[in-house]
Amino acid sequence: MSILVGRDTRLVVQGITGREGEFHARQMQEYGTNVVAGTTPGKGGRAALDGTVPVFDTVTDAVRETGANVSVIYVPSAGAPDAILEAVGSGIRTVFCITEGIPALDMLKVVEIVRQAGARLIGPNCPGATSPGRAKVGIIPGSIHREGRVGVVSRSGTLTYEAVQAMTDAGIGQSTCIGIGGDPIIGTTHTDVLKLFAEDPETDAIVLIGEIGGSAEEEAAGWAAAHLADVPRVAFIAGRTAPEGKRMGHAGAIISGGSGTAAAKVAALEAAGFLVADSPTEIPTLLRRAGVR
Amino acid sequence: MKIQEADAKQLLRAQGLPVPPWTVAWSASEARTAAAHYLADGASAVVVKAQVLVGGRGKAGGVKLARTADEAETVASAILGLSIKGIVVRKVLVGPAAEIVKEFYLGAILDRASRRIVLMASAQGGVEIEEVAKRDPSAIHRESAHPLLGLADWQARRLAFAVGLGGPHLRAFVAIAKGLVGTMAAYDADLVEINPLAIVRETDSDGNGLLHLLALDAKITLDDSALPRHPDLEGLRDLGEEDPADVEARTHDLSFIRLDGTIGCMVNGAGLAMTTMDLVKRAGGEPANFLDIGGGARADKVAAAMKLILADDKVQAILVNIFGGITRGDEVALGLIEARARQHRDVPMVVRIVGTNAEEANALLQEARFETAATLDEAAEKAVAAARAVGGAA
Repeated sequence: MSILVGRDTRLVVQGITGREGEFHARQMQEYGTNVVAGTTPGKGGRAALDGTVPVFDTVTDAVRETGANVSVIYVPSAGAPDAILEAVGSGIRTVFCITEGIPALDMLKVVEIVRQAGARLIGPNCPGATSPGRAKVGIIPGSIHREGRVGVVSRSGTLTYEAVQAMTDAGIGQSTCIGIGGDPIIGTTHTDVLKLFAEDPETDAIVLIGEIGGSAEEEAAGWAAAHLADVPRVAFIAGRTAPEGKRMGHAGAIISGGSGTAAAKVAALEAAGFLVADSPTEIPTLLRRAGVR
Repeated sequence: MKIQEADAKQLLRAQGLPVPPWTVAWSASEARTAAAHYLADGASAVVVKAQVLVGGRGKAGGVKLARTADEAETVASAILGLSIKGIVVRKVLVGPAAEIVKEFYLGAILDRASRRIVLMASAQGGVEIEEVAKRDPSAIHRESAHPLLGLADWQARRLAFAVGLGGPHLRAFVAIAKGLVGTMAAYDADLVEINPLAIVRETDSDGNGLLHLLALDAKITLDDSALPRHPDLEGLRDLGEEDPADVEARTHDLSFIRLDGTIGCMVNGAGLAMTTMDLVKRAGGEPANFLDIGGGARADKVAAAMKLILADDKVQAILVNIFGGITRGDEVALGLIEARARQHRDVPMVVRIVGTNAEEANALLQEARFETAATLDEAAEKAVAAARAVGGAA
């Protein structure tokens, strides 16, 4: 099975003729992802990736002509909110937005519209998701993975690679690895992903990677304690040495009730039955201790 | 991006919110002139406030009242040059002192968890809101603005009644509350705070007392991601108050935060950069900085990052940790070799590069005789040991 991306993924790449879009579309195709279409307004009718992928002017055309069911967005930040709305407005139900630097107030509106449409947005400012051996959507290097049964959810990019590489080196494979994005306003939270993993028959254990700020990790911990009691779960939180007040506005700290620190997150996760690693390289050891074969 | 009180008041005024007049003075004599003007205009006193981007100005002696122009000059000269949390005061705000009847708190923030703009109000104004939150959380009332429709009138009214402003000030409060959310939207702010929002008494020419609501202080932080579409707001950045290293970092599009330790860190990705700092600490060292060179960094960016780290005299060792995805390891290695050839002082460096083009990178590094490490834990331990050796020799 795996979640969000898999063998049934028919991917449309928005911004496929741009530098980033083309590079990563090729990487995804080489990994085995079924890249069925690309879009760039005004460049419809061409073909990308050595003539293997048709380019359309609109996502609507791409969906109609190719049956695309997942979109990934590489367009610059000024056009990215519109690209998300275009995907959702064209009937795509799963949208990954890799673009970083989108204004937060734009995302408030976009996330609301995505929610009303019943679609799912992952990101923005996220590395995407990979279901090893099946498909990868986004920018996570394909080489770090190994097929397996541990689900990984993280806010970060390279930190996720670090953790996944350590798991792979230790012989522990992954069902799906997903980076939800480091921006303050994102479409899919840690808790949302845990819910998907909980329903996936091929995910037996969970690795949750978080960082300082907000309270998403605490919420995920609470949900996991109630619903994943029998599932082996390991966590890592970055930012134990981060100074206070450098990235979080003080009013933000009020609404989360002072729960934005690494210490508070580690405590919440431990209370919820997670084994919390002190370093990403400890994650495989803790997974074994939690019963992962 | 944080902006100064005077600039925040300007933005609030532009959105139609009631803000008392002010003048920014760069010297005691300018403060005196401004004070004389407000006193001649009928003010019984003036307030002189340090303009710095840190909180706790009042406690640090950065806010004073003066009843005469002479006194204003004296207090201004005491405040100018004062160091508040390490920031030297270069300018003060001078304005007529208000006769405060009651103080409130009103703030709008971007709430990550609910993915809404949340408006918060409290009848306990004029004190730090974090303290109210700790002491008496029930004293803070909240309303969420709809992402597409904004804050509704009924929500603003509910907030007004909750803090005891349901009487003659109801309409004014509703306008201010909606104006705060409007200010956020107009300028892409992630925080707009009025503390205190005060009922003040003004006496008209017939000697009659009039009560009304005024924003006596203002604090706004702007969303950095939205600044490209507000070129006029970029001008509000107070370069005089920034660490020169921050200015340098921004020029090269590097995310940099200076810390107190001795081990300089250069990493790609924010999460991994924080993790690297944590592992330095775990190995017994102290990180000198947070530095994320971002995705896809090229050799010139790496060289700029190295220069930034070495500009800090406390740095005794450097740890470079790169997990190549978009970033190519060999590009980083070339940047490091180039930077080391040009650097003005010799600092031990431990480099760990994995991922995209790591093999090429490590061949380059070995040829240039860099110390390398295979894992992040090993790199942190080596860097801490190197810093100790330097520190011990000194």
